[in-house]
Amino acid sequence: MAEPLLSLRGVRTNIGRYHILHGVDFDVPEGGLTMLLGRNGAGKTTTLRTIMGLWRAAAGEIRFAGRDIAGLATPDIARLGIAYVPETMAIFADLTVQENLILAARSGPPDAARLDWIFGRFEALKRFWTLPAGNLSGGQKQMLAVARAIIEPRRLLLIDEPTKGLAPAIIANMIDAFRELKDGAASLLVVEQNFAFARQLGDTVAVMDDGKVAHTGAMAAFAADADLQQHLLGLGMGEHQ
Amino acid sequence: MKQDWLPPLLIPAIAIVALPLVGSPTSWVTLTVAGLAMGLMIFIMASGLTLTFGLMDVLNFGHGAFIAVGAFVAASVMLAMAPWMTAESLWLNLAAVGPAVLAAVVVSGALGWGFERVIVRPVYGQHLRQILVTTGGLIVAEQLLKVVWGPDQITLARPAALRGAFLLGDVAIEKYRVLAVVIGLAVFAALAVTLNRTRLGLLIRAGVENGEMVEALGYRIRRLFVGVFVAGSALAGLGGAMWGLYQETVTAAIGAQVAVLVFIVVIIGGLGSVGGCFVGALLVGLTANYVGFVAPKVALGSNILLMALILLWRPQGLYPVAKR
Repeated sequence: MAEPLLSLRGVRTNIGRYHILHGVDFDVPEGGLTMLLGRNGAGKTTTLRTIMGLWRAAAGEIRFAGRDIAGLATPDIARLGIAYVPETMAIFADLTVQENLILAARSGPPDAARLDWIFGRFEALKRFWTLPAGNLSGGQKQMLAVARAIIEPRRLLLIDEPTKGLAPAIIANMIDAFRELKDGAASLLVVEQNFAFARQLGDTVAVMDDGKVAHTGAMAAFAADADLQQHLLGLGMGEHQ
Repeated sequence: MKQDWLPPLLIPAIAIVALPLVGSPTSWVTLTVAGLAMGLMIFIMASGLTLTFGLMDVLNFGHGAFIAVGAFVAASVMLAMAPWMTAESLWLNLAAVGPAVLAAVVVSGALGWGFERVIVRPVYGQHLRQILVTTGGLIVAEQLLKVVWGPDQITLARPAALRGAFLLGDVAIEKYRVLAVVIGLAVFAALAVTLNRTRLGLLIRAGVENGEMVEALGYRIRRLFVGVFVAGSALAGLGGAMWGLYQETVTAAIGAQVAVLVFIVVIIGGLGSVGGCFVGALLVGLTANYVGFVAPKVALGSNILLMALILLWRPQGLYPVAKR
């Protein structure tokens, strides 16, 4: 069996005196899209931030491409080829759309073909290219946050709730974009509350509950198991669209 | 790009309002140039402080130490080159002032590097400790200045070429103030170009907004911060050297005295905003000069009043920086 691109074993994270992660274990396979699901407060965002080094793991092992990254500083983790889209989007509001993307393209000016591909998915970014990002709507900011993560090829994308507040048409574009990224050999770990989105896109799933991973497996199997969904996510049949 | 022009419009507005109050147009021109010169010197000293706060949320109450060190170092060099300072030759004067200013910039920058490593770094993210420790650093620096240079004030005469005034009709404009305006505008232009036209500037502006995200993009913001801290300290040294020549005396308390104005400017401008710092500095300089002429008894409190009025209008300062 191929070694996973990202592997977490027994990861514990404390924020102040609060113990948020109680030993998280799961893998993200190379070239796949793993959905990280769970109820509010389950520890999904903390898991992404811990992988990114924004919060330090108090214990456990985080391996990326065979290397332990748990003790590395955030910029060093990013330079290994991991991009991060936080739940808050964290776009630079005083910088233009163009400047946001120039900054995200670490290795030089953004590649024109890559930029065209992004504009094809998120047309608004082209339209508002020279506007301060703070002037964008919520959905456009989300597009920019994702575009910033994919402006250059990265091995792993960590994306926290990409569909939050987005119109259905934009969600469809995002699904297309993520599929194409996956086909282009990127791996994705996506935190998502929208189960309809998650089941369309995910290859594998890890479901968190109370700071631990309660279930891992294929998304298709999880999507077919209504009882398990009800148990882990509290989803009723009406939410399965 | 949408530009907020209201704050810079306050500068001509204050000048126009002051004209009838001052009465004499010649006095008004003199006061206006004096106000701009004072404001631009304060801007030079304040620009580094606002960026260091914006980048790393560091409240550096010891910033005055760099100003004072700059003033003392420049004074020492100029006194050592007294014959060139007093010579009736612009070139000899510049040959004395240039190395003095350079020495002030280098020593203050080096002090800033040490200050960041020893005093600021252990208290990242702890505002109360930052205030206590950096204030302590300022007190220690002041006492060390007395140890090195003695407790008495140093009288510092301006070089011969910078004494006197240009006469434009009935209006007398001090030469030194013109020089201060030129240097202040040059520093502002250099900062504006760096911040708006270079990748380094882009990183600094992004870091001021959200340092964590800049790190997540793969940039080491601590290194950036140290660079900005050193540059800000060096600029404070430059400002201190200029302020010492402006006052023509240098004392160990020079940094703490002018630091009050520097903090007012940084707060008025919006913490982290260089553009706001520039506008705020000009407003402070003009207000101090106009009020000092029209109503000397309230001059001391005029800048506090100005700050209060601006914060009532814009509680986050003239140009609030969008923070995470």
